Amino acid sequence: MSVLRRNGLGLVAWLLGILFFLPIAWMALTSLHSEADAATNPPSFGAALTLDGYREFFGTGGGASPWPALINSTVASVASTLFVLVLALPAAYALSIRRVRKWTDVLFFFLSTKMLPVVAGLLPIYLFAKNTGMLDNIWLLVILYTSMNLPIAVWMMQSFLAEVPVAVIEAARVDGARLPTVLTRVVAPIALPGIAATALICFIFSWNELLFARVLTGVVAETAPVFLTGFITSQGLFLAKVCAASLVISLPVLAAGFAAQDKLVQGLSLGAVK
Amino acid sequence: MTATTTAPPAALPVRAPTRPPARLRAWATRAPLLPALIFMIVVTQLPFVATLVISFFDWNALYPKARHFTGLDNYHQVLTDTDLRHSVWTTVLLTVAVVLASLVLGLLLALLLDRRFPGRGVVRTLLIAPFLVVPVAAALLWKHVLYNPEYGLFNGLLHYVGGPQPDWISHTPLLAVEASLVWQWTPFMMLILLAGLQSRDQQQIEAARVDGASDWQIFRHLTLPHLRRYLELGALLGSIYIVQNFDAVFTITSGGLGTANLPYTVYQSFYQAHENGLASAAGVLVVIGSIVIATFALRVVSSLFREEVSRA
Repeated sequence: MSVLRRNGLGLVAWLLGILFFLPIAWMALTSLHSEADAATNPPSFGAALTLDGYREFFGTGGGASPWPALINSTVASVASTLFVLVLALPAAYALSIRRVRKWTDVLFFFLSTKMLPVVAGLLPIYLFAKNTGMLDNIWLLVILYTSMNLPIAVWMMQSFLAEVPVAVIEAARVDGARLPTVLTRVVAPIALPGIAATALICFIFSWNELLFARVLTGVVAETAPVFLTGFITSQGLFLAKVCAASLVISLPVLAAGFAAQDKLVQGLSLGAVK
Repeated sequence: MTATTTAPPAALPVRAPTRPPARLRAWATRAPLLPALIFMIVVTQLPFVATLVISFFDWNALYPKARHFTGLDNYHQVLTDTDLRHSVWTTVLLTVAVVLASLVLGLLLALLLDRRFPGRGVVRTLLIAPFLVVPVAAALLWKHVLYNPEYGLFNGLLHYVGGPQPDWISHTPLLAVEASLVWQWTPFMMLILLAGLQSRDQQQIEAARVDGASDWQIFRHLTLPHLRRYLELGALLGSIYIVQNFDAVFTITSGGLGTANLPYTVYQSFYQAHENGLASAAGVLVVIGSIVIATFALRVVSSLFREEVSRA
């Protein structure tokens, strides 16, 4: 009885897992169909497979090439993540290992900035960018994405660095190790997996961002999500191409997300849940 | 007597050079924090102050010379304009519906995943995947591939059972947006609640089971109270993200059919209508709404945080 029930619930879990995954699986299958097979009712599950959708997306069949947008997104995400690490690591050190006074207040100030909605500052940022000629410049997005992810990174890294036992650091100090040695030999090995996960999560948020990119970029600095908004209105037979585009552009996020799976909750809950 | 009281000050100048003064040491401790702190204040706080100032002006970007101070007029206009009032209501409906539905589904999935069964890791991975699709891509997927009345998957599957062929987005626009968001946010709730379930005191549960408590009693009296704060945390963080949702509304309905929420309205009123003053007032209202939610969120996070600190 209890064996049956346990297996039954496992089966329910499997069914729900497949149900949630179904749209993605269907998207993948559709991306491999010809446009004619992609837009049929009832759906053609067993239609012949082709890479035409991907060829169309990458612009070999005419149409705009997605490469500039993909490169812009890579620059914005990678550069902002590096800036975040450079700013967040020392801050997290001052909030966990060698703590400043009232460190919890500082930590909560960072958190409160994350709760300020994007639309709160959008217009002044737009006007500032317009007047300084920073519109359609990828580095403006780099700065904004850095500010968007910095609070998350400070919180996450603070909680990872706090896991380094103080006694170990003290012992290294007593043995005559100087600060750089302590940081690279003692702190880094323990905190590295957490730092890597933080970087991956910052990368995901920057890669996904649409509102800033939509308002502040045009032809030159367009990012991948803005490129995708070109598919909002239907354009005849284009389903395979949309699916190929969505999948290719989601691929870095899926990869980063699965790589950071274990620390994902800690990052998304701003370090509140371990 | 006098000799002993005057002795310590005399010793001070000797010790001072070997040890930097306290104020200098405090700054040395603070220094690593300052770049991040200053960066955040400049990039996030200053623009908001500017929004606040602009919200008191009648300012259409197309008529820059007509700009003038109007006090609370923009707020009055935002709060009395039926379209804007409607978008406030839409924001509330969208947020509450998505957060509640994804919390309930997420709890169900977390309870299922908390048990051991063959392939649990695979199922967990399948369930996280929707959260890791770029939001615009997810919205496009729902709009074109699932909802399309002619060749979408939903109507395709309905075709097999001889069901009706509804035009999902036109008939139930808000629900269409909500369903796609629930699909993306359920994994988020599941992950938080699963972490909550796994931090339960297993000994206590075993003890209750030995004492003859049923599964339901254990869930009702042990698991649920323990999960309460994780549920609160999920609801509040979810609200903060979904109140700000722009991608799904922009992509699936382009704010049409009564689905324009506040972020979309703010975007539209300055990006398309160039009404800077009105947009800023609406933006300030979004912030006030967020502060209300955030105050609760901060309290929940800080209570979880204090628990962690005291446990460490």
